[in-house]
Amino acid sequence: MSPLRRRLLFGIPLALAVAGGGSFYTILRRMQEQKYDPHALPSPLIGKRPPTFSLPGAGGMQGFANTDIAAPSKPMLVNWFASWCVPCLQEAPMLAKLAASGLAIWGIAYEDDPQALAQFLAQNGNPYQRLAADADGTTAINWGVYGVPETYFIDKTGIVRWRYAGALTDDVVASALNPLLARYS
Amino acid sequence: MRKLWLALALLPALALAQDMVTRDGVTLTQAQETRAEAIGDQLRCLVCQNESIEESNAKLAGQLRGIIRQQVVQGVPDQSIMNYMVQRYGIFVLLKPPVSPLTWLLYAMPVLALLLGAVAFFAARRGTAPPAPLTDAERARLDELL
Repeated sequence: MSPLRRRLLFGIPLALAVAGGGSFYTILRRMQEQKYDPHALPSPLIGKRPPTFSLPGAGGMQGFANTDIAAPSKPMLVNWFASWCVPCLQEAPMLAKLAASGLAIWGIAYEDDPQALAQFLAQNGNPYQRLAADADGTTAINWGVYGVPETYFIDKTGIVRWRYAGALTDDVVASALNPLLARYS
Repeated sequence: MRKLWLALALLPALALAQDMVTRDGVTLTQAQETRAEAIGDQLRCLVCQNESIEESNAKLAGQLRGIIRQQVVQGVPDQSIMNYMVQRYGIFVLLKPPVSPLTWLLYAMPVLALLLGAVAFFAARRGTAPPAPLTDAERARLDELL
């Protein structure tokens, strides 16, 4: 074997190791910057309508059914949350900001106690135009919700375009939500 | 005698009652429970993602175990119960992912790695020239050593 061939052959494992290392570094860096979450799951609802449901109101507000969000006049968010959920507390200021900017947000309180919910809304503000209660979590299972908070973006035709599991942050709004609003408004 | 007949008549019911178990709010026979466990073992808990929903202590896993058992009692086929879960949570809910365009690379990887190794191996071998015959001096030295 010529020395050049030999060197090339020895170079293959090295190149693979470098490529692997580079990939791992990129993954870890993106995780650190919160741009990549390995636990995030794609929602099977994307590109579809929410499943059939009809939930009673909560916090003294009107509840809603799937037919009420079948054709909103402009894009909207459906936000699943609970008073017992810490990230929901962290996301409350962001929801308030989005609501103030004119975005319609409808809430669903997941397995929540009415009193605790009322207290949560009194303390953290109420960004919701409508607020429903999914007391036993059945509707959540039909939506494929696996934790709170989860936020769904629904376009004008009532199709789910995006699902975010976790608290909405400035980063998420800037990198994901704003482009969606620009695209579907 | 009548009492004996009554006891005999009640025996199957009694056996059946002893065979019943209650899991996650659903009462079912031991056979149904075994079936439900076999289904749950194949499903991923979405909350703690490396556990099956049978193993998980998460509340959602308990609710899903209950749903599986209700459907098992109703006689829903296994595949329909799996489809129910996949429809809601996507193929990620399956601990063993199905072969699909999304996963074919995953399943093809062992074969691909083997092929790649074989190609590298034969490429390296083909390049090897047979060693040059020994010179007279080398042959003399070899004889001396042997």
